[in-house]
Amino acid sequence: MTIKPDSSVVGSPAPVGPPRSGHTSIMVSTVVPRSGFKGGGRWGDRIFGSVALAAGATIIGAIALMALFLIIQAVPSLQANKANFITSTEFNTTDAGNLRFGIAELFQVTILSSLFALAIAVPIAIGIAAFLTNYAPRRLARPFGVLVDMLAAVPSIVFGLWGIFVLAPRLEPVAAFLNAHLGWLFLFGKGNVSLSGGGTIFTAGVVLAVMILPIITSVTREVFSLTPRGQVEAAQALGATKWEVVRMTVFPYGRSGMIAGSMLGLGRALGETVAVLIILRSAAQAGHWSVFDGGYTFASKIASAAAEFSSKLPTGAYIAAGLVLFLLTFVVNALARLAAGGRVSGG
Amino acid sequence: MLEVPAKGPTFHPLSPIRKIKNKLATVLFASAFAVATVPLVWVLFTVVERGVKAVVGQGWWTRSLAGVLPDQFAGGVYHAIYGTVLQAGIAALLSVPLGIMAAIYLVEYGRGTFAKVTTFMVDILAGVPSIVAALFIFALWISTLGFPQSAFAVSLALVLLMLPVVVRNTEEMLKLVPDELREASYALGIPKWKTILRVVVPTALPGIISGLLLALARVMGETAPVLVLVGYARSINYDAFNGNMASLPLLIYTELTNPEAAGRARVWGAALTLIVIVGALYVAAAFLNRYLTRHRT
Repeated sequence: MTIKPDSSVVGSPAPVGPPRSGHTSIMVSTVVPRSGFKGGGRWGDRIFGSVALAAGATIIGAIALMALFLIIQAVPSLQANKANFITSTEFNTTDAGNLRFGIAELFQVTILSSLFALAIAVPIAIGIAAFLTNYAPRRLARPFGVLVDMLAAVPSIVFGLWGIFVLAPRLEPVAAFLNAHLGWLFLFGKGNVSLSGGGTIFTAGVVLAVMILPIITSVTREVFSLTPRGQVEAAQALGATKWEVVRMTVFPYGRSGMIAGSMLGLGRALGETVAVLIILRSAAQAGHWSVFDGGYTFASKIASAAAEFSSKLPTGAYIAAGLVLFLLTFVVNALARLAAGGRVSGG
Repeated sequence: MLEVPAKGPTFHPLSPIRKIKNKLATVLFASAFAVATVPLVWVLFTVVERGVKAVVGQGWWTRSLAGVLPDQFAGGVYHAIYGTVLQAGIAALLSVPLGIMAAIYLVEYGRGTFAKVTTFMVDILAGVPSIVAALFIFALWISTLGFPQSAFAVSLALVLLMLPVVVRNTEEMLKLVPDELREASYALGIPKWKTILRVVVPTALPGIISGLLLALARVMGETAPVLVLVGYARSINYDAFNGNMASLPLLIYTELTNPEAAGRARVWGAALTLIVIVGALYVAAAFLNRYLTRHRT
């Protein structure tokens, strides 16, 4: 057997070629050894490289399998569904012979609660990012940042407990006030659950906003801190005030980061399960896009029925809902990546 | 007229409106930060205040809830702590080698389309909601392959949630290893694989471990997988592959349906216990990080 030239060895030489394109090339090795100096090394390289490749492939495989198995399990139930999957607000799976389920209501509650959370969290996150990168004393910026990141460390079930037992009663007067004075707007109109107790999208949205704050902040902060020094100094030289510097250099430069961070936050909010499950109260009628509605999101609906996943067809109905959630988060996360023009970190 | 230079004062004072805008922006940005610290302090205060009584109670760390009546202030949560640690531990055992190898692939080998697709999929996996990961494991492991609900199934779902965090963090740490180290090793005739295993990874190890601890802390609080993939048990179960097993989030969720005061006390006690464990992991990670920065400079 002849040993082929180096190029056949996985990941080997690609000698001092052009460095990898884009910013990812920093710190990546371009000098690669001529392996197999004493024999054995070449085989070792080949095996090790293959194992590394296989590990990478596993991740692609995991996503592919995820889509595949969710589809396989959802299709029989979708075929047995007697209601329209997209437009029906019913979700009745008690009788396996007469499945009637649709995602209209779940979609509405999921989108409304997530967008509401986003509307609260994004301005605050941008404010924090601007504060930490441009205003806070340099020595304090790091510990301050850690403080915000610590929010991400609190388990979501704890946020749920706090939300329903501690925050909800405090928010009740606020909700009543908004309902009384802005009730003419559909968003603050009368909901399908009682305001007392606070088991509304309003409360859930505020808690979700707290939960997604760290990720939006960290992505935005990262981009803000990359603002070219020259641009900032140029603005300062023209006599700009601090606010004008931020508005004219940091914000335009960091726009992609703000969008990417918001998208990542949206993805988190869409899929948040247990905090929403604990907080939202189930409603008898369908909602009308009011933040004082109750109901279920995709995630909380699935989790609420998890104990009864025994027979295949009803379970498939929930898996179908899960599939929609998977697609939704897939799209949102892909958009986040697109907005950032490549890698988005800050998980 | 043109012979006389039209010369005003060199510096105009800031117009009041610009001054006000500037002050307003400063106040707004600072208060955005202040607002963010409110929920953190509030949540931690609430959990400590309501949970501390249960946690310091007799047997909290050493007993299970076996034979404890719903309205009895007795028993403990060691069975749930065991479950939480076991499930996260198995998930770490599975995801650490896989995640580190995938990161090595991306940093040391990955070129071209396949590496780009892998990076993209890591990002997508990072965004998969925990309930979807749980449903997937349910569809694959329980529904299709026919295994029973078990702690191991939970661990499999946690692997999916941990993997992207481990990959990303390891990637960052490997990229921080200076190229000179690699080159020095190559110059000594060491093959690439040995260079990675003996030079690159050991150099990055404290950072990798620190990221691992954070990933571990994050999956310990995951509730969605345990709701779907394992049943609750009031007593200890050591077997990861069979039977119901409690974990702290599952215990909290189950005790929420207990209307007695004792149930509420257990809910907050378990929440505090969970936060203490997660906090300990964070502190450990911070120490490692400090070690890392001290030894690099």
